Amino acid sequence: MEIKVNFISQEKLNGFSTDEKLEFILKEVEKGQILVLERGLKAEEQTKLIEMTMNDVNEKFTGIEMESYIEEKPTFLQKLLGKNSARMTIVGPAGTLKTIYKDKDVIQAVIVGKKK
Amino acid sequence: MFGKLSGWLSSIFGKKHVRIGIYGPPNAGKTTLANRIAMDWAGEIVGEVSEIPHETRKVQKKDRVVIRDGKASLTLDLIDTPGIATKIDYHDFLEFGIDEEDAKQRAKEATEGVIEAIKWLDNVDGVILLMDSTKNPFTQVNITIFGNLEARELPFIIAANKIDMNGSPATLQSAFPQHEVVPISALEGINMDLFYEAILKTFGKKGR
Repeated sequence: MEIKVNFISQEKLNGFSTDEKLEFILKEVEKGQILVLERGLKAEEQTKLIEMTMNDVNEKFTGIEMESYIEEKPTFLQKLLGKNSARMTIVGPAGTLKTIYKDKDVIQAVIVGKKK
Repeated sequence: MFGKLSGWLSSIFGKKHVRIGIYGPPNAGKTTLANRIAMDWAGEIVGEVSEIPHETRKVQKKDRVVIRDGKASLTLDLIDTPGIATKIDYHDFLEFGIDEEDAKQRAKEATEGVIEAIKWLDNVDGVILLMDSTKNPFTQVNITIFGNLEARELPFIIAANKIDMNGSPATLQSAFPQHEVVPISALEGINMDLFYEAILKTFGKKGR
């Protein structure tokens, strides 16, 4: 039983617009992929991804499991430069990725594989 | 012109009429809280409550609820929103004895409710972020809503609900140390005086 996890670099996602980025993530997750995003999604992007996910939920695809850390309030300078302060985000299909513990700095998740 | 004048007067004298959304994950007690507020100040409930998740699948409104404390008063248009979730599986509803067709319909409506709740974030002046103090505060839904409110610079109160069920508001406070957390039981009406004080202070203040 092999589980594939894709680590996506900041550079790859930087080349996308917000919509392209979220469409890419959701498409991959719907294919069953688990993604670890080096530079996490901002809170507004997370809500947009939840909205897009809800539009796609059906009897087979029940949604996503997404985990990130609490986003620090951006400083004035970060806001001015449009800098993303979000830390890593992990996202995968709800049926495959399951969070078992989480606190301010630790995310513990298990990946549930299907038997061949 | 009127909008500008109204904004200028609000910045001097403080807000008098605000639209407040109640947000949180499913089963945090949002409708119970909306009912508590509406009953306390208007003598009417806002919606039905249930232990089955996603009971509220459409935004429910209660306009012109006037909260008073001595000389201060604030008129709230209350928006009770469906619980925000990242996943909705109709199988979860079957455990509550709902038949399969109804469970599927409930799941469909719940997805629409999540979308509606998120869209309403653009139309509120402030938010009551309701969390279940008996659960881990670091759920993604809590973190995502919190991050949105920070990014949008919307005034908000974090209410730690269900303290009557041995909840731990201290854990919740430690998760969000920069914000005041008001421990309440919407069901039992515990600490509602503190909660209303926080509403007046947070949403009625000057210079926002």
